[in-house]
This record gives sequence, C-alpha cells and structure tokens, in this order.
Amino acid sequence: MLKLRDGVVELYRKVATSLPPDVEEAVKASCAQEEEGSTAASMLSVIAENIRRARETFRPMCQDTGVPVFYVKVPVGLSHAELKNTIVEATREATEKVPLRANAVDVITEKNSGDNTGEGFPVIYFEETSAGTLTIDLMLKGAGSENAGQLYKLPLPEIGAQRDLEGVRRCVLDAVQKAQGRGCPPYIIGVGIGATKDQVTRLAKQQLMRKLNDTNKVAELAELEQRLLADINRLGVGPMGLGGRTTALGVKIGVNHRHPASYFVDVSIGCWAMRRGRLIW
Amino acid sequence: MVSPKSLTLPLSAEDVASLRAGDIILLNGPLVTGRDKVHKYLVEKRPQKTEIPFELAGSVLYHCGPIMRKTDTGYNVVAAGPTTSIRVEMYEADVIRQYGLRGIMGKGGMGENTLRAMQEAGCVYLHTVGGAAAYLADRIKKTLNVWLLEEFGATEAMWLFEVESFPAIVTMDAHGKSMHKEIEDLSFGKFKELMNR
Repeated sequence: MLKLRDGVVELYRKVATSLPPDVEEAVKASCAQEEEGSTAASMLSVIAENIRRARETFRPMCQDTGVPVFYVKVPVGLSHAELKNTIVEATREATEKVPLRANAVDVITEKNSGDNTGEGFPVIYFEETSAGTLTIDLMLKGAGSENAGQLYKLPLPEIGAQRDLEGVRRCVLDAVQKAQGRGCPPYIIGVGIGATKDQVTRLAKQQLMRKLNDTNKVAELAELEQRLLADINRLGVGPMGLGGRTTALGVKIGVNHRHPASYFVDVSIGCWAMRRGRLIW
Repeated sequence: MVSPKSLTLPLSAEDVASLRAGDIILLNGPLVTGRDKVHKYLVEKRPQKTEIPFELAGSVLYHCGPIMRKTDTGYNVVAAGPTTSIRVEMYEADVIRQYGLRGIMGKGGMGENTLRAMQEAGCVYLHTVGGAAAYLADRIKKTLNVWLLEEFGATEAMWLFEVESFPAIVTMDAHGKSMHKEIEDLSFGKFKELMNR
C-alpha cells in the first residue's frame, strides 16, 4: 500500500497548509462585518494574510498541527488493520516532511514520541461502506480549541437548561461564554446530543467536518444552528477574544436517539483554523 | 487605529510603565519562548540564573511551541504562533517575580494572580494573533540559542529568537488594567440577556 501512504502524506500537507475554501471565505466575509480600523478587523486581516502565506509557501498555518483525527469509510473486504498501519506510517512520514509539530506525549514518561504516533494517536474511526471507493477524511484538531469544549448532562438548573432544544441552546452559549478568546475565535461549533457521553463527544467533533454553508436536514436543527450563530455573535467576544462582532463562523448540530433518563450535550469548539480535508481512493 | 510603538528588547521598567492596555507594539531583539513544561520546571526546580544560558531579566517570555526544522548549521523556525496562556496561570506570577520578566506574550490573556504580579513587579501581557504561525514566523530573523531541548523536545524547549517588528497588542498593563476582564464582563452581560429570552 505504498501509494496510499503517499496519498495520506499529501493529505496531511494539504490539510496543515491550506484552509478549506468555505472557511477562508467565511473569515474574509467576517472581516467586512467588523468596524473599520477596529482591533477585530486587524486580527481578521492578519489571519487572512497568514492563510495566504501558509498556502503559498506550503507551511503549516498554525504551529499546533493538533491531534490528527481520521474518519475512514472502508469498502467491503479491505482490512482495517492494514489501513491503520498505512495511516500510522504516513503520520510518521508527514511529521518529517510537511513538517508537523510532534504532539504525541506519553502520559507516564512524559516523553514526546517525536513522530505524532503513540497509544490511540492519531485518532482513527473506521466505518464500512457499500461504495466501491475508500474515503479518508482528516481533521487536524488544535488543542487550544479542544481544551475549550464542554460536556453537559441535562437537566442543569445552574443555567436553566431543561431536556429540550432550548436547554441545548443554553449549553452552547454557556460553553462559548466560558471559552472567551482562549480557543482562537472566530469559532466553529460542533454540538452532539444523545444517550451516552462517549457517543456525543464523537458526534459533536464529527459535526466540524461539515461545510459551513451546508444546511441541516432536520428543520428544527437548521433553525437552532442559525439562531445560535446569531446569539453567539451578540456576545461580543470577537476575533481572538479582543471584542467584536465575529465570535463564531458556524454552528453544526448532530443528534442520536437518547435514553429516557439521559440527555447528554457535548459542545466541541473548533478554532478559526478549521483544518479538514478528504482523500478518495 | 493608533500607530504601533516600536520597542527594543530587553525592556526597561520605564518601557513597561509607559505602556497602556490597547497599545499596539512591535518588538525587536532577543525573544525567549517557554510553555507548559518550562513553567513547571522553573517553579519546581528553581534553576539558578547561572544555569540558564541566557538572560531572563527584562525579557519577554513568549508562550509558544514552534515547529522547528533542523539544518546543517542550526535550527530554522517554520511556524511560531502563540499558545493559550491561561494554562500557566498557576506558575506565572512566581516566574515573573523570580526571574524579573518584563513581558509575557501569548494568546487569550491571563488571570488575577498574574495581573497582580505584573502590577507589583512591572510587567505587561502582550497578545498576538492565535494561529498566525506563518505570518509570525516571518518576523523571526534567526534562532540564537536553546535550553532544555534534550529534556523537553523542540515543542517545549526554551528557545531564544531574534525578532524584528514582531507585532502584539498590550492587553494587560502594569497599572492593573486587563482588556480580557473588561470583555469578559461585557460578554457576561450579553450572555445573561440571551439566557432570558
């Protein structure tokens, strides 16, 4: 699988050095929303300039090349174990070639493995598909924004959150208000709702793979996504948390069925450098 | 927008006293990096100033874990944006007082303890653009030295860079003013309104 490995190395390079067009457009559009000469406008123009320089010089746009998270759709008959090996080998090679920052640290010895591989690192999710092609989606998830995420168990009287979509709205506003500028706003917010903690955290993060300009298939969720985006941008946190009208570029919500006794909501925060990309093989 | 003020590193007590939250500055000269492991080490091991291969008094400590590329002659900076400063809140006041730092640079701002130490010791917090790692790396002219590279690796080592026109905003000054606190208070007011709708 030598060729596939090269493909994954190139996917790493593309994702680390060039922002998806929908995110770049959203950053540029938000620039025009801010007051001329404001700190917010100047932050956004530096971000736009940085995006351009990184793409043109093939350098990572952010020094934190994050935790690599793979979502792999595998055609029937292909070995998941072999694919995992290929991705791990490609990760080692990409760390050297792109280069990526070495981010995998052993919790016991505190040693950095130096090549972005280790126990559960990178994160890889497999799913079988009836399609004939292999699809590899990669997100490089920065740690500043990852640290800003929150898990909620409803009901939560402190924020008046009952077990309904209004309760979900309250959780998301609470998470963004607490995050302030610490996770590199303008943010992209992923929300997952469902029965178990592990499921909703994964679902929330997976929402960050959605294009900013897509529309949720569930009308109630599409409406909530729009409302939350408007609400968040009224908070005044602004680009880099230094004030302004642009605190988020998008809100994406995913749902699973829940247990009658449980209503978990996970809010996953993505920084403006929402690095994601796809390889079809 | 006000025009930026150019400052030469290391900073003096007078430089710091003249700065106000909201000022835009450009740094020139030697800049030191340090993040999670460096802070823990400085506070737990208390290394003597003679053990540190460069002068920290008057320095600006940049919260940054850069991407470095090893060359035949040394190290090149590939990408070098700021990391989230609040993670070292439990150490920073101590580090400022112990080592005589005049500036802390990073993103997201810091808390009450650091603000108080800054006011007492004469130090400012400088905010630079999170994620703008290629843009900021272009303002680093060379790598002068490194400490704790073997122990902590390139991401967490203490690097000494030579910077030119490195841009930042003073968001916490030595007079007790924090833009972060002001924005958080304002947004909390909006948050309460939004929760009542």
